[in-house]
Amino acid sequence: MDLDDTKLTHEGLKLPAPQKARVLLLACGALAHEILALIRANGWDHLSLTCLPAILHNTPEKITPAVEQAVLRHRDDFDQIFVVYADCGTGGLLQAACERLGVEMMPGPHCYAFFEGVDSFAEHGEGTAFYLTDFLVKQFDSFVWKPLGLDRYPELLPSYFRYYDRLVYLAQTDDPDLDSRARDCAARLGLEYERRLTGYGDLGSALTDHSSR
Amino acid sequence: MADEDDDIILSELDDDELVQQMQDDLYDGMKEEVEEGVNILLERGWAPYDVLTTALVGGMTVVGRDFRDGILFVPEVLLAAGAMKGGMAILKPLLAETGAPRMGKMVIGTVKGDIHDIGQNLVTMMMEGAGFEVLNIGINRSVDDYIAAIKEFDADILGMSALLTTTMPYMKVVIDQLKADGLRDDYVVLVGGAPLNEEFGRAIGADAYCRDAAVAVETAKEFMARKHNQVAG
Repeated sequence: MDLDDTKLTHEGLKLPAPQKARVLLLACGALAHEILALIRANGWDHLSLTCLPAILHNTPEKITPAVEQAVLRHRDDFDQIFVVYADCGTGGLLQAACERLGVEMMPGPHCYAFFEGVDSFAEHGEGTAFYLTDFLVKQFDSFVWKPLGLDRYPELLPSYFRYYDRLVYLAQTDDPDLDSRARDCAARLGLEYERRLTGYGDLGSALTDHSSR
Repeated sequence: MADEDDDIILSELDDDELVQQMQDDLYDGMKEEVEEGVNILLERGWAPYDVLTTALVGGMTVVGRDFRDGILFVPEVLLAAGAMKGGMAILKPLLAETGAPRMGKMVIGTVKGDIHDIGQNLVTMMMEGAGFEVLNIGINRSVDDYIAAIKEFDADILGMSALLTTTMPYMKVVIDQLKADGLRDDYVVLVGGAPLNEEFGRAIGADAYCRDAAVAVETAKEFMARKHNQVAG
């Protein structure tokens, strides 16, 4: 399946029909590439994927109602739904909604944490690092540069980033082109650059767990 | 809003027109024009407090409303705030001299582990605009920092801000310490930040969660009015 990153950002990913799968993965569009790669690599034919627009991350208050609506829309068609979101800035509201709906979700504060490994991420405690993933490197302008107005008002850069000291690129794939683009993002933000090849981190083990149920 | 206004000479406008133009300029983040407007009104004999509330706070209130309604976004709010800050810098020393009304005193800071100060800076500015004295203690503040500041500043209100899911629980650490020290009832505790919600505010024992800077100002005013009523009663 060819994925369009701009569509994943603004529209999400529709569920292909008809569905034979028993388990629905309801995910953030920023995770579509990685989840489909894991499904392909493991031959998980019983898992199906639909994604909400990744750009919801810029308005986290909209994530919980959007997830709730999607769960209610799809729940009769599947034995099980797994919400592939972490807390993602919802301040515990997404967790509470999932409990109310009787569905499970990813642990941790956000996708950076589960790519690196939630425990490892918490240990690092890097409050002054700005994180990117493969998807966010590719969608840097749509996610960061334009929404922060830096294309129109470059003078605002210090208002956002003066207390950050580095950009950490958590790489899901070993791609020199993305490495170079991430380095460029760091330079544009005036930050030091660091790359960590994380692979899929806790995402892989969480999906493996669900695929075996 | 600004395109058709390029040729406007601020000093040629009457007071009402000038105030309206300053509010438009503030909305558009035009700092120099706002500063010029402030100086013109002062030269015309306006009291600094009236310039602040009518032209600047009035303009920023429109900005806050349009931000809440999804018409303006963070970059535009920051530019407007920068323009208001320019005007405030002129007015602040004059306000101190002319004895503007004092609503109360607030200490505000971003919690330990969190470096995001955009929200608390906006709250600081709007609270000052509403007549509060504010001590902004900055980012990454520990429980000891907060408690030392509220004592030293003799604050009525403690404001805490957080942008991250991982840092917002620290607010409870501060509130629990206030309780342990027997200080909790001496201060109104207001909390805010993108991932917070009313339920979280209640759960940690804050007096109120404030969704944005305008709500923070209104909430602070309400608590101060209650406090004054209690003292009077």
